[in-house]
Amino acid sequence: MSFINYASREINCKIVYYGPGLCGKTTNLQYVYQKTAADAKGKMISLATETERTLFFDFLPLALGEIRGFKTRFHLYTVPGQVFYDASRKLILKGVDGVVFVADSQEERMDANIESVENLRINLIEQGYDLDKIPYVVQYNKRDLPNVVSVEELRRELNPTNVPDFEACATTGEGVFETLKAIAKLILFDLKKGK
Amino acid sequence: MSNPQLIMYDEEFKQINVALDKLLREANAKVIFLVDKNGQLITGCGETERFDTTSLASLTAGNIAATGGLAKLIGEKEFSILFHEGEKDNLHISIVAGRVILVVLFDTRSSLGLVRLRVKKASEELTAIFNRLLQKNEEKEKSGDSEFPFAEITDDDIDNLFS
Repeated sequence: MSFINYASREINCKIVYYGPGLCGKTTNLQYVYQKTAADAKGKMISLATETERTLFFDFLPLALGEIRGFKTRFHLYTVPGQVFYDASRKLILKGVDGVVFVADSQEERMDANIESVENLRINLIEQGYDLDKIPYVVQYNKRDLPNVVSVEELRRELNPTNVPDFEACATTGEGVFETLKAIAKLILFDLKKGK
Repeated sequence: MSNPQLIMYDEEFKQINVALDKLLREANAKVIFLVDKNGQLITGCGETERFDTTSLASLTAGNIAATGGLAKLIGEKEFSILFHEGEKDNLHISIVAGRVILVVLFDTRSSLGLVRLRVKKASEELTAIFNRLLQKNEEKEKSGDSEFPFAEITDDDIDNLFS
């Protein structure tokens, strides 16, 4: 959960990007990193294999500015999407404040998406969280590809509770900041309620 | 929740910094920092400006989490101390009060034995401070007296962050 420091007037929140392998979680973070002013971001850390698949996590600290005199920092993490890294995914969800589910819009990845949402729900429960109660948004990525499923169908399969959702193309950046802004908003409103 | 929100107040923050400064001197360390288990830096002292403490904090917490996973696989609750030895600099990482991570970076001016000894002493002091802090957090939450800075937050405040 978030860490509020009254002494140094800072608030830190943790956002985790979750989704199946190769859905574009790391690409989301890379785009945010490229487009953020140097003074607002820290170093982006990627613990990846030689083939650029995320091994443990990607990490990007973002200092977005002040709210009511408090410096607001978001720590963005991705999880490894490949099925066999489940232990790592569980660890990264520790202390999460909000989750972005990145879905791969391609038809042949629907099963992987559904499996990944289910896996997210189970792994959150293990950490003491309920997906229906924490700040949560869905991103339908890769909308630029030819073989994509309609947004209506993605919504039906992956977002039955109707949380905020966004169409995106992380390689060009479309929808990336909209997604980040939405999850940040939900987290800050959650904090407002004093949760 | 398995790990409730941590709120730090001036009084305890000062006490923590005093304890860390003392440890820095007594252990002849270069840098000391304190991280919560979610990877957020709580505070640090020594030559902190020479290091990327935010990244160190995140990776340290990841390291502790991964090591905790290893511990569970062999039937241990956790490994409370990790030590990384480099050519020049070494990292001594330990868990304090069950929820925060104390990281001591030291070089040849100190020794593992000295660091371990001093960390043990400082950990007791830090545990007492964190226990008081967590109790304070709980009491404030129960009484509803959270003095929460975001109670008055507006859509505009949030939008301004992204402008």
